[in-house]
Amino acid sequence: MKKRVVSLMLALSMVAGLTACGGDAANSSSDSAASAESSAYVAEGEEGKVINIYCWNDEFRTRVEAVYDKVDHTSDDGTITYLTDGTEIHWTVNPNQDGVYQSKLDEALLNQGSAADDDKVDMFLSETDYVVKYTDAAADVAIPLTDLGIDPATDLADQYDFTKTVASDANGVQRGSTWQACPCLFVYRRDIAQDAFGTDDPDEIHAKVADWATMKASGEELKAKGYYTLAGYADTFRAYGNSISKPWVEEGSTEINVDPQIINWINDSKEWLDAGLLDKNIKGQWTDDWNKSMGSESKVFGFLLPAWGIDFVLNPNWDGEAGAWAVTDGPQAFNWGGSFVHGCAGTDNPEHVKEIILAVTANKDNLMKITKDYLDFTNTQSGMKEIAEDETFSAEFLGGENPFKYFQPAAASISMTTLSPYDQGCVELIQSSFGDYFQGQVDYDTAKANFEKAIMERYPDITAVNWPE
Amino acid sequence: MMKKSKSISRAKYGYFFILPFFVTYFIFSLIPLLDTIRYSFFEYYRSGLRIVGPNFVGFDNYINVMGKDFFQYMGNTFILWIIGFIPQIVIALLLASWFVDVRLKIRCEQFFKVVIYLPNLIMASAFAMLFFTLFSTSGPVNNILQSIGIVSGPIDFMGTPLGTRLLIALMNFLMWFGNTTIMLMAAIMGISPDIFEAASIDGCTPRQSFFHITLPLIKPILTYSLITSLIGGLQMFDVPQILTNGQGNPNRTSYTLIMWLNNLLRAPDYGRAGALSVYLFIVSGILCLVVYKMINNDDEEKRIKKLQKAEKRKVK
Repeated sequence: MKKRVVSLMLALSMVAGLTACGGDAANSSSDSAASAESSAYVAEGEEGKVINIYCWNDEFRTRVEAVYDKVDHTSDDGTITYLTDGTEIHWTVNPNQDGVYQSKLDEALLNQGSAADDDKVDMFLSETDYVVKYTDAAADVAIPLTDLGIDPATDLADQYDFTKTVASDANGVQRGSTWQACPCLFVYRRDIAQDAFGTDDPDEIHAKVADWATMKASGEELKAKGYYTLAGYADTFRAYGNSISKPWVEEGSTEINVDPQIINWINDSKEWLDAGLLDKNIKGQWTDDWNKSMGSESKVFGFLLPAWGIDFVLNPNWDGEAGAWAVTDGPQAFNWGGSFVHGCAGTDNPEHVKEIILAVTANKDNLMKITKDYLDFTNTQSGMKEIAEDETFSAEFLGGENPFKYFQPAAASISMTTLSPYDQGCVELIQSSFGDYFQGQVDYDTAKANFEKAIMERYPDITAVNWPE
Repeated sequence: MMKKSKSISRAKYGYFFILPFFVTYFIFSLIPLLDTIRYSFFEYYRSGLRIVGPNFVGFDNYINVMGKDFFQYMGNTFILWIIGFIPQIVIALLLASWFVDVRLKIRCEQFFKVVIYLPNLIMASAFAMLFFTLFSTSGPVNNILQSIGIVSGPIDFMGTPLGTRLLIALMNFLMWFGNTTIMLMAAIMGISPDIFEAASIDGCTPRQSFFHITLPLIKPILTYSLITSLIGGLQMFDVPQILTNGQGNPNRTSYTLIMWLNNLLRAPDYGRAGALSVYLFIVSGILCLVVYKMINNDDEEKRIKKLQKAEKRKVK
C-alpha cells in the first residue's frame, strides 16, 4: 500500500514536471507572438527605477558618465550607475568574443515578455558585425527611434549617413544610433620609421604604404632592419573583409558566399607570412601576444586601427613614452567596428532611453567632448570637419599630430551595405580555420572543410558554403 | 494483539526521508534527461532570435551527428584522456605506496598530501587560462627557456597538435593525480598490516609486496578510479575549450566530444545536441560495462580455473 502511494507520488511529480515543461514552451511562444503583434514598444505607466543596459565592455558606460547630465556617480565595481533622479543604471557586461554576449542577450530578450519590470532589458548595444540581427523588423526587439520620440531626419541630421543606414531595418526604419564612426588608419611607430626609412613624416610614410603592393615592397626594407610590417594576418582581415561586394549571407538565403576578397586575404596573408613580413607568433587579435606586440619591446612597425583602437587598445598596451606613434592613411580605406545603441522593446524607461540616446549620439557638444577626451571619431559630420581643420588640436599620444586630418576624409568614403546577421561567426571562424593553413598545419582544402564544419555548428540553419571559383 | 504490535514497521519514515532526494532527482535530473532524449528526435534550433521547431524528424539528428567527425572527435577525446591518465595513475600509485609505507618515515606527510591535492581546487578554466598565458609564444615559459639558452627562438607550444595535446594532458594530470593518490592511499591503508608483516617475515622485497600484495588488493578502488576517470575523460571540456579558444586547433586535433556538444548548445541547436548527448550516454555506458566486466570476470575466471585444476588433481 505504502509502496503504491510513494510510487504514485513519484509518478505524479514526474507527470507534473513534464507537463510544466510543455506549458512553458507554449507560454513563451504565445508571449513572443503577443509582443510581435502589439504596436506599443514600451510598458505603460511611470518610468521604472532600474535601467538595465547590456553591453560587452565599459566603453559605453564611460561615454554615458562623461556626457549624460543626470549621472551622479558609479559604484566602485562599475556595475551600477546612480542618476540624480534616483534611478539606477544596471550594467550587464558579457564578453563579445565567441558570441557569448549575443547568446546572453538573446536569452534576456526571449525572456523579456515574462520578466519583471525592473529586470527587463531597457537598452542594449550591438556591434556592426551583428547589428542587422537586432534591427531586423521581423525580430522587432529594437524600438524604432521615432517611437521613442527621436526624429532621425532632424535630431540625427549631423550623423554620417552610413551609420544611419546600418542601424535601419530593411524597410528603412532606423532602430538604433551610434556615437562613433570607425574609419581605420595606419598607425606606426616613429622610431622604427626613422630607423628603416629615415623619416617619420606621415606623408612620406603614406607613400610607403599607399597600396598593398607598395606596402609589401616597403615591408622588405623593414624586414632587412629586423622589423615586421604588421603584427599578424588578422590585422589585415578587416581591410579585406569589410570591402566585400556581397554579404556573407544574402537576405532570405541559408548559404554562405565567401567573397573573392576573402580569398585575396587568404592568399596575401600566406604570402606575407611566408615572406616574413608578419610575426608568425601572433595568431589573431585580442591575444596576449598581440597585446605585447604593441609594447616598446616589439618589432612590429604598425597597425591598421580605427580611432577607438588607438585609444582603447594601443594606448593601454604601449609602455614607452607618449608621442612614439603617428598615423597616416593606410593602403585601403575601411571601417572597423562601431557600437550601436538600441532601446529595447518592452522597456519601462522610455524617457531615460531617449535621453541617453540623444545625449550620447546626437548632441554635438557631447560628441566633441567624447572626441577630445577619448580621441574617439564621433558621429558628427560638422564636428569632425571642424576638428580636422583645427590647427590647435593635437593628440599627445601621437606626438602632437592631429589624427582627424586623416580620419575625416577616410570616413567620407565608407559605405556599409554588405552586412548580414552571420558576420561575427564568419569573421571569427574563417580566421581561426585558416590560421592552421597559414601556420602550415593543414592544407588549403582542409582549412576550407574546417571552416564549413565550424560555421554549420555555430549557425544550424546554414546549409552550404559557396567558395568563389 | 501481539500480532499487531509485531507488525509495526518504521519503514515508512525511511521512505519519507528519502523522498526529497527522489523528488529533486526527478525534477532536476530525470525530466531534463528525458527531455533531452525527446528533443533529439526534433528539429529544434534558434537562428538569431527566430525559433525553428520543434518539428518531429525521426532519426535525422542521429544520422546527421554520426559522421566521420564523430569518430575523429571521439579519437581526440581518448587520446587526450589516455596521455593524461597513464602518468596520473603511475605517479598516484607510486606516491600512495610511499606515503603509507611506515618504513620510509616520510616527514610532513600531511603537508604533501595537501599540496598535491591543491591543483584540483583551482577551476579548470582558470587553470587553462593560466597555462595559455604561461605557454604562449611570448609567455614566461618561453622567456625562461630562451634566457637559460635551451632554445634559440620561442617554441610555439600551441601551434602543433602534439604540443597542444601534451599541454592538455599535463593539466589534467596535475589536476587529478592528487585526488587519485588520496583515493589509493585510503585503499592501501585498508589492507591489514598483518599481511605486509607476514610477507616481510617471509623475506618479501618491497617490490614483490607491491606487485603481489598491494596491487591485487586495491583492485576494486583501481577499477573505480579507472571508471570515474574514463567518464571524466569522456566529458573533457573546459581545459581544451579555454586553451584552444573553443576550436580545438590546430586542425581540430584537440576538439573533444563535449566541446562539440557545447558548440551545438550555444547555437543553440537542441535537436542535434540531444542526439549527441544520447550517443555519449550510450558510449559511456558501454565503456563502463566493458571495464567492469573485464576486471570482475578476470577474478571469476581465475577462481574457476583454479577450482578446475584442483578438481583435475583430485581425479589423478
